[in-house]
Amino acid sequence: MGAQCRTAGQGDPAGTLLWQQEGEAPAMEGRQGYDLLVIGGGSGGLACAKEAAQLGKKVAVVDYVEPSPRGTRWGLGGTCVNVGCIPKKLMHQAALLGGMIRDAPHYGWEVPPLVPHDWRKMAEAVQNHVKSLNWGHRVQLQDRKVKYFNIKASFVNEHMVCGVTKDGKETLLSAEHIVIATGGRPRYPTHIEGALEYGITSDDIFWLKESPGKTLVVGASYVALECAGFLTGLGLDATVMVRSIPLRGFDQQMSSLVTEYMASHGTRFLRGCTPSRVGRLPDGQLQVTWEDLASGKKDVGTFDTVLWAIGRVPETRSLHLENAGVNTHPNSQKILVDAGEATSVPHIYAIGDVAEGRPELTPPAVMAGKLLARRLCGQSSDLMDYDNVPTTVFTPLEYGCVGLSEEEAVARHGEEHVEVYHAYYKPLEFTVAERDASQCYIKMVCLREPPQLVLGLHFLGPNAGEVTQGFALGIKCGASYAQVMRTLGIHPTCAEEVAKLRITKRSGLDPTVTGC
Amino acid sequence: MSSPPGRRARLSSPGTGRSSSETREELRRRLLGLIEGNRVMIFSKSYCPHSTRVKELFSSLGVECHILELDQVDDGASVQEVLSEITNQRTVPNIFVNKVHMGGCEQTFQAHQSGVLEKLLQGDSAYDYDLIVIGGGSGGLACAQEAAVLGKKVMVLDFVLPSPQGTSWGLGGTCVNVGCIPKKLMHQAALLGQALIDSRKFGWEYNQQVKHNWETMTEAIQNHIGSLNWGYRLSLREKAVAYVNSYGEFVEHHKIKATNRKGQETCYTAAKFVIATGERPRYLGIQGDKEYCITSDDLFSLPYCPGKTLVVGASYVALECAGFLAGLGLDVTVMVRSILLRGFDQEMAEKVGSYMEQHGVKFLRKFVPVMIQQLEKGSPGKLRVVAESTEGPGAVEGVYNTVLLAIGRDSCTRKIGLEKIGVKINEKSGKIPVNDVEQTNVPYVYAIGDILEGKLELTPVAIQAGKLLARRLFGGRLEKCDYINVPTTVFTPLEYGCCGLSEEKAIEVHKKENLEVYHTLFWPLEWTVAGRDNNTCYAKIICNKFDNERVVGFHILGPNAGEVTQGFAAAMKCGLTKQLLDDTIGIHPTCGEVFTTLEITKASGLDITQKGC
Repeated sequence: MGAQCRTAGQGDPAGTLLWQQEGEAPAMEGRQGYDLLVIGGGSGGLACAKEAAQLGKKVAVVDYVEPSPRGTRWGLGGTCVNVGCIPKKLMHQAALLGGMIRDAPHYGWEVPPLVPHDWRKMAEAVQNHVKSLNWGHRVQLQDRKVKYFNIKASFVNEHMVCGVTKDGKETLLSAEHIVIATGGRPRYPTHIEGALEYGITSDDIFWLKESPGKTLVVGASYVALECAGFLTGLGLDATVMVRSIPLRGFDQQMSSLVTEYMASHGTRFLRGCTPSRVGRLPDGQLQVTWEDLASGKKDVGTFDTVLWAIGRVPETRSLHLENAGVNTHPNSQKILVDAGEATSVPHIYAIGDVAEGRPELTPPAVMAGKLLARRLCGQSSDLMDYDNVPTTVFTPLEYGCVGLSEEEAVARHGEEHVEVYHAYYKPLEFTVAERDASQCYIKMVCLREPPQLVLGLHFLGPNAGEVTQGFALGIKCGASYAQVMRTLGIHPTCAEEVAKLRITKRSGLDPTVTGC
Repeated sequence: MSSPPGRRARLSSPGTGRSSSETREELRRRLLGLIEGNRVMIFSKSYCPHSTRVKELFSSLGVECHILELDQVDDGASVQEVLSEITNQRTVPNIFVNKVHMGGCEQTFQAHQSGVLEKLLQGDSAYDYDLIVIGGGSGGLACAQEAAVLGKKVMVLDFVLPSPQGTSWGLGGTCVNVGCIPKKLMHQAALLGQALIDSRKFGWEYNQQVKHNWETMTEAIQNHIGSLNWGYRLSLREKAVAYVNSYGEFVEHHKIKATNRKGQETCYTAAKFVIATGERPRYLGIQGDKEYCITSDDLFSLPYCPGKTLVVGASYVALECAGFLAGLGLDVTVMVRSILLRGFDQEMAEKVGSYMEQHGVKFLRKFVPVMIQQLEKGSPGKLRVVAESTEGPGAVEGVYNTVLLAIGRDSCTRKIGLEKIGVKINEKSGKIPVNDVEQTNVPYVYAIGDILEGKLELTPVAIQAGKLLARRLFGGRLEKCDYINVPTTVFTPLEYGCCGLSEEKAIEVHKKENLEVYHTLFWPLEWTVAGRDNNTCYAKIICNKFDNERVVGFHILGPNAGEVTQGFAAAMKCGLTKQLLDDTIGIHPTCGEVFTTLEITKASGLDITQKGC
C-alpha cells in the first residue's frame, strides 16, 4: 500500500519541524509530515486539533464517515453534530413544542385541536442546521490552519497513517504525535435475521426524509429512550423493547421514573423481551418476532421502522492498530489509555468515545482534547478530571445528573453513611396547563456525616440540563448539603426546589412539596 | 444553685479579632437563648442579698431555676449591659419566668403575692400568644409555621386592603396573589405564544392566525391562585396556627387590635411580634392616577383584556408586565423616567430593554406622566395621558386603553400603630431598620421581608429570614439569614438571571483594575432552527483578579435564565472561581454550558459575536 501513497509532508520544509520541547529524534527518519495528526473529526478530535494549531503546531485532521448500512452519510463534526446531541435535542425540542401547543389553550391561546406534525419539514430544518455546522467546522479548521483530509485512515506504522479517499486514492501522512478520536457507531445485533437488512439506527433516524411511522425501538440506552420519546412526542406510535433494565449505569430509581413518565405519555414498553427476527411483509411493513424472556412465549408485531439502539461499538476495526502496536481492550475493543490519554504507544493518544473507560459524552471529549493539546505543546500539565461529569438525558421529561447514583453511593460508602434528600415537586407551568407532575422528582445523595458532602444530584423535570449545570459546579467545588441549603432560591423556578430539599429518605416522610 | 459550667463557658469566649458590636450581638443572642430556654432564668450576683431572697423564694416554691452569677463569669459586666438593653433594667437580680420579664426582687415578690407568678409558672398564660405575625405573605407564613412546628402558640393576622380599583385577594401575600406566581404564569403564556411561532419551523402545521384570549388565561391563573390561598389556609390549620383575617394595629406594648371586614375589633396579646406586612404599589400623585390607572395589584385579575397599554416605570415589575403583555399580542409602551432596572447591572438592563424593543415594545425615555384623563369608560376604556420630558420643556400625549403604574412600592408600615409602641421606621422610605437578627429597636418586635431597610425584596429571602428567625426565637438555633449573593431572575421576554455584584457595583467595591470580566454572546440551539436572533443571548461573569479570580458577579440573559442561575448561585456559595468554571464539564447542548467555556475578556475588546452560516 505504502508504495502508491504520496507523502503529504514531503518536500515541505515546515514538515520537518520537531516538537521543540522534546528534541528527541522521531522514529521516522526526518520526514514528519505533521506535528500532530488527529484521526477523527468529531468533538474531541476537532477540539484537540484546533487547540494545538492555535498553539503554533502543524496539525492535520483526517475524517471519513463510512456510510451506515442504510447508506446514510454526513459531514465534518462527528457524532454529536451529525447523528447525536444536536439533531436529537432539536427533535426533542420539536416534540416539546408539541406539548406546548397542547398547553397553549390553557393559557388562552386559541389553537386548533390536534395540530398535525410534518416530519419532512422538521427533518429538513434540522438537517440544514447540521449542514451549517459542518460548514462551520470546515471554516474553523481553515481559519486555524489545520489541514483537513476527507480520507479513511489506517496505521502503516507507529508514525505513519495511510488515508484512502472515497474514490480509492491513497495518501500517506506522518506525524510526531497521533491522536485517535474516531468515536463509535451504533451496534447492530449479529444473530437476528433481518436486523441489518431492515433495521436502522440513530445514524439514520435524523437523516430520514420521510416520517419513520410506527416505530419499534430496540434497546433501553439513553439513545433508545430519547428517540422513542421524541417520536412519541411528534405523534408517532413508538414502542421500546427492553431486554433487562432501562438506562443501565444511571440511578435506577430515576430511570424508572423516566420510563414511567414516557409510558404515561403514550410510549409503549415491551419489557423483558428480545427480538428474534425481522422480515418484510408484502405491503412493505416490517414484521418483528420477539420472545418474552420470562415466559418464553413468542409474539409478533408490525412496524414501519425498526430502530436498533442496543449500544455502540468503537471505530477501531479499520484502523489497523496492530501496525502501530496500539492495544485495545479485549472485550470492548476500545483503546486502552492512561491518565494522560496515552495509549500503549507513548506518542499515540486516544480521546473520546473510542477510549476505554471514558464517558461517551461530547463535553468531556472536547475538554480532554484541549487539555491534551496543551500538554503536547508544553502549555500546561493539567490532566483531564473525569470525575463528576454532569449529563442530561433528553427524554420527554428530562433527567439531569452529576456525581454518584444512589446505588453507587451506597456501594462505595455503605447505606448507613449515605443520606438521601428528595422531593416530588410540581413545576409552576404545569399547574395551569393541568399537566401531571407525578414524576417530577429531585434527589440529592450526600454523605451522612456533617457537613454532608454532596455525592450526587439527580433532577427529573423540565430544563434539567440547565438546572444541573450550575449544581455540577457546586459539586466540583466540594459543596456540602449545608452549603446548598444556604443558597436562596430563585422564585418561581424548578431549580429552587434543589435548594429546598429537606426530607430524607431515611425519615420515611412524604417528600411531596406543597405550597411555596 | 449555680449555673452548669458548660453554659458559663459558652458565655465567656468571644472570638478574637471580631468587632465589639459583633461580639455584643453574639452575647445578646446567647442571653435571649437562656431566657427562651429556661422556665425560670435568674441573672444574679452571688453576693447580692436581693438575689439570694429571690432564689430562696423559688426554692420554697419547689421551682427549679437557672441562675447565671454575673460576678462569676468573665464577661459579667457586658452581660449586665446587654441585659439592660434588653430589659431596661440594670440591676440584679433580673428575673424571667416563662420568657416574661418579671423585673427585680421586689416585682417578683409582688407577683408572687398577687398570684401572677404562679399563673406565669403554670404556663405561658401572660399573653394570648407566643408569637403574632402581622402579614400573611411568604415571610410571615414561613415564620409562623416554623414557630408553630417548634411548639409555640402562634397567630397570623392578614388583611388585604383593596386597591384603589377595588382589587383584593386571599391569603399568601404579594408573591402568590399579585407577584411571582401570576406574573410567571403570564410570562409563560407569552412564551407559549413564541413557542407557537417556533413550532411551525419545527414542523407543526396550522395556518390559522392564533389569537389570545385574556379571560381564559386569567381565569386559569386565578383558579390556580385560589388553590394556593386555600392550601395556605389548610397548612396553617394543620400546624395549629390561628389565622385571623383582620387588620392588625398595635395599641400598646405586646397588644394588637385586629379589625375585621365588618369593623369588629378584637385585641390580642403576644410575647413577640413579627411584622411582615410587605409593600404595595406606589401611585404618582398626579391628577387622575388613582381613579383611572391600574397597578400590578389589579393586572393579574383584570376581568378584561387591557388592550393598548402604557406601562409607567422601568422597575422589573414594569418590564416584566410590559414584556408579557406584548408577548400576548398587545400594543405596549413603556414610559421610563431615567434608567432601566435600577440597581441591576446596566449593560444587562439595556440588553433586556433592547430585546423588548426588537420584539415590539415601544419605549418612551425620559418622560414622566403629569395627567391622566378619561376619554371613554369601558372595559377597557380610553385614557389620555400627558407626559413631560425630564430634560426640559416638551410634552407628549397619547391615548391608551390601560395605564399600568409600576414606579415602585411603598412599605405598609405607617398605619399599623408602630408609633404606639415606639418601633422606629425610616420616615422617608417607611422601611424598618433591623439588626442582623431582624430585631427592631423594640426588642420583642421583629420585622422580615420587603419592609426591611437595605434588604432584598424577594420571596425566598423573606421565607428564609422568617424560618431562621423562628428557629432563633424558639428553637435555640443561631443561624442568621445570609443576604449576600442572593440570586434572582427577571422574567422579561428574554429572561435575565444574576447573582452577586453588577459590573458597576463590582467596580465600586473592587476597583476596575482588579477585575476581569469574561463575556460572550450565545445562540441557544433551540433558537437556530426557529430562526431567532443569533447575537442576543449574553453571558457575563465578573472575577476578582486578586482573589484567585473568584466570581463576584454572574449574569445571564437567555431562555430559562432562572433555571440556569440557581445552580451557579449554589456554586458561588461554595467559592466559585474562573478556574473551577473552566474545569467543569458542560452539559451539551444547553445554555448553561456557555459558562464553562468563557474565554474572551471584556478588556481584550475581542469580538464576541457568533458567526452565522
